[in-house]
Amino acid sequence: MQIIEKATVYDAIIVGSGAGGGMTTKVLADAGLKVAVVEAGPFFDPADPDHMTQLKWPWESPRRGANTVRDFGDFDAAYGGWEIEGEPYTHKDGTKFDWFRSHMLGGRTNHWGRISLRFGPKDFKHKDVDGLGDNWPIGYEDVKPYYDKVDQLIGVFGTNEGLPNDPDGFFLPPPKPRLHELFYIQGARKTGIPVIPSRMSMLTKKINKDRGVCFYCGQCSRACSVYADFSSGSCLIFPAQKSGGQVDLYVNSMVREVTTDTEGKATGVSYINKDDRKEHKLKGKIVVLAASACSTARILMNSKSAQHPNGLGNSSNLVGKYLHDSTGSSRAGFIPGLMNRKPYNEDGVGGMHVYSPWWLDNKALDFPRGYHIEVWGGMSMPSYGFGFNANYFNKFFGLNTGGYGESLRQDVKKYYGSVLGFGGRGESIAREDNYCEIDPTKVDEFGIPVLRFHYKWSDFERKQARHMQQTFEEIIHNMGGEPLGDTPGKDQDYGLLAPGRIIHEVGTTRMGDDPKKSVTNSYQQLHDANNVFITDAGPFVSQADKNCTWTILALSWRASEYMVEQLKQQNI
Amino acid sequence: MDRRDSLKSIFLGGIAGSLMLYGCKTEAEASAKTGQEIYEFPYKYGRTPQEKELIEELETDQFFNEHEMETIGVLCALILPANEKFGSALDAGVPDFIEFMAKDIPELQTTLRGGLMWLDHKSNTEFNMEFKSAIMEQQKSILDKIAYYEADIPMDKQALEIQFFNLMCNLTLSGYYTTKMGIEDLGYKGNMPNIWDGVPEDVLEQHGVAYEEEWLAKCVDQSKRGIMAEWDENGNLLT
Repeated sequence: MQIIEKATVYDAIIVGSGAGGGMTTKVLADAGLKVAVVEAGPFFDPADPDHMTQLKWPWESPRRGANTVRDFGDFDAAYGGWEIEGEPYTHKDGTKFDWFRSHMLGGRTNHWGRISLRFGPKDFKHKDVDGLGDNWPIGYEDVKPYYDKVDQLIGVFGTNEGLPNDPDGFFLPPPKPRLHELFYIQGARKTGIPVIPSRMSMLTKKINKDRGVCFYCGQCSRACSVYADFSSGSCLIFPAQKSGGQVDLYVNSMVREVTTDTEGKATGVSYINKDDRKEHKLKGKIVVLAASACSTARILMNSKSAQHPNGLGNSSNLVGKYLHDSTGSSRAGFIPGLMNRKPYNEDGVGGMHVYSPWWLDNKALDFPRGYHIEVWGGMSMPSYGFGFNANYFNKFFGLNTGGYGESLRQDVKKYYGSVLGFGGRGESIAREDNYCEIDPTKVDEFGIPVLRFHYKWSDFERKQARHMQQTFEEIIHNMGGEPLGDTPGKDQDYGLLAPGRIIHEVGTTRMGDDPKKSVTNSYQQLHDANNVFITDAGPFVSQADKNCTWTILALSWRASEYMVEQLKQQNI
Repeated sequence: MDRRDSLKSIFLGGIAGSLMLYGCKTEAEASAKTGQEIYEFPYKYGRTPQEKELIEELETDQFFNEHEMETIGVLCALILPANEKFGSALDAGVPDFIEFMAKDIPELQTTLRGGLMWLDHKSNTEFNMEFKSAIMEQQKSILDKIAYYEADIPMDKQALEIQFFNLMCNLTLSGYYTTKMGIEDLGYKGNMPNIWDGVPEDVLEQHGVAYEEEWLAKCVDQSKRGIMAEWDENGNLLT
């Protein structure tokens, strides 16, 4: 059996259709280029009734939304998860890294939290502040014009607050806080923690004629059927096709490697079609990898040739290195002031209406970088798990826990909506010693060598998590509440979640001016092959105390404009 | 529904429900022999082909036997009985949900099945009768000893019969409150298109909080939500 090769030569082949790949698709197609988008999973459109989970009731799932199949529950939009059958990954030296993959058109943008934060000036040059990690070769001023464009193209609500490291933007107006969020505002302020309207990419107002306005069902994690939230398919790829762009979608197509010629330049990609289980090839003038930080690193390391014996773009030996995820630690509290609630619809947008950006100066603390606080709570739609230990909070009133009969009904109603929870999401320091590499002993079901992870947190991250827990407990007490569960101690890393759990992994193909110390240049072009670009979060030098998606989008736009320019000038 | 009617519905429901269940099973078995059985996927919520296959596999399998299903039905009706407005957990079809979850999360199986046997053993010892056939006072006298737990001791460190009842109770409540009846009972008002415009005034008052004018001024004016967004060059929204 021979490899099936397609005759078409694309201007660009884009591997992956998430935030980075979607934006590249849009910019290149709008510029008139002929592009192929190669996606490992199936086609997905949240408006297609056959794909839709939005506005379904819990009883429409036989498991009532339990997370036995989809990690974030049966109605969540993500196809995939921490583990995918037939596509294993391994670990080195007993370390831990949990890798979340979502194989579908639009990738993880279909289920993500839509928290859309710009990195601030300090985030690009943090080494100047504390001497740790590395500075980016670019600064906020280089990215700002693209953040501005992303805001206006995609839509994000928020407010201009004039904060030094949480820049203003082009915001849609935010929704009003919910009841538990008013409690949070009071509680946080008592400790001197500022609270501002959240910044999330749902349309609270009309932004163009193709997308609907948010109707407040609170289910963005299910992907929006009227395209009122940002998903890469509905907001970038479909519009690129609709406006006449030459976009060929190759779905269920798992890229194995980038093919190169005798000069070491990319000629295209080779992929496995999951439907016929055969190897296929596509030809392109440019190859853009946007498969997610770790998948892109894997493709590069698997693309070995005489010209690139260590894998494509890996002459620095840094592909896969400096992998880092956001830190995360969570806590919840029972708030008696939120008991006995009158029922009304407070679904709101899918997620928080208020949040707290990092507010302290690390000079006075025993850890170097900050975190922001996310808040959840309210009278949400019941699903599997609702009603578990229905009157557990009786213990706070000296009453019996357990029992049966009509009283349980009253208990369920009494406590409905009385829990408020926090997620701290912080910045870790990128380290060369945290990495993914190819495991030579294993392939996936497509015959492609798999990734092996080596990742350890340091005391910086542990101490930051301890600070999160102290802060959360203080806020809970400020609200007159009781923290639930014991304070996680040193033996539990103070509640610090395993690396990978926050799904903000970045840094595996870091950008830089020095080809010996970086994989791409500041336009995310490989130092070793000038017609290969990376537009996912691989080129990040550091993760901030923010979420990475808005920066992926802005940088992808910037890199894509550069590609168009370089093609025009015939430099590629 | 008065108490007498609801008791009737518990038992009729239990028997009728399980008769239906096993009626179907028998038919299914019969048609399986002739190779005619076609499982029609009854759910429509965006499943992938693999997910459909798994659900079909779980639904065509049967974990609990007839006696166990009936006992679960009796327990459901005791844990969450009917009241004037709403039916019991049994009326809401919770036993079938528990049957599904026992296959979907196999870790639950031993606790559930073992607990049901424990219940019969206890009832046989004390009343010379299986639990489901005992009179309600007898059933309750058993439950009264296992229905309460120490909140500060982890559940897996508590007596097995307490763990069993806790699990059964959790599944019963989760099963009930995720049905149409349960959601109406709870009063959840969402999962439909609407326009969020803040917490109702009387609720703010009840909970002793208020909106700040300064904050509200930043929030969306819902009367303008359909008007296209436009900004000046500094990011100030003009529309």
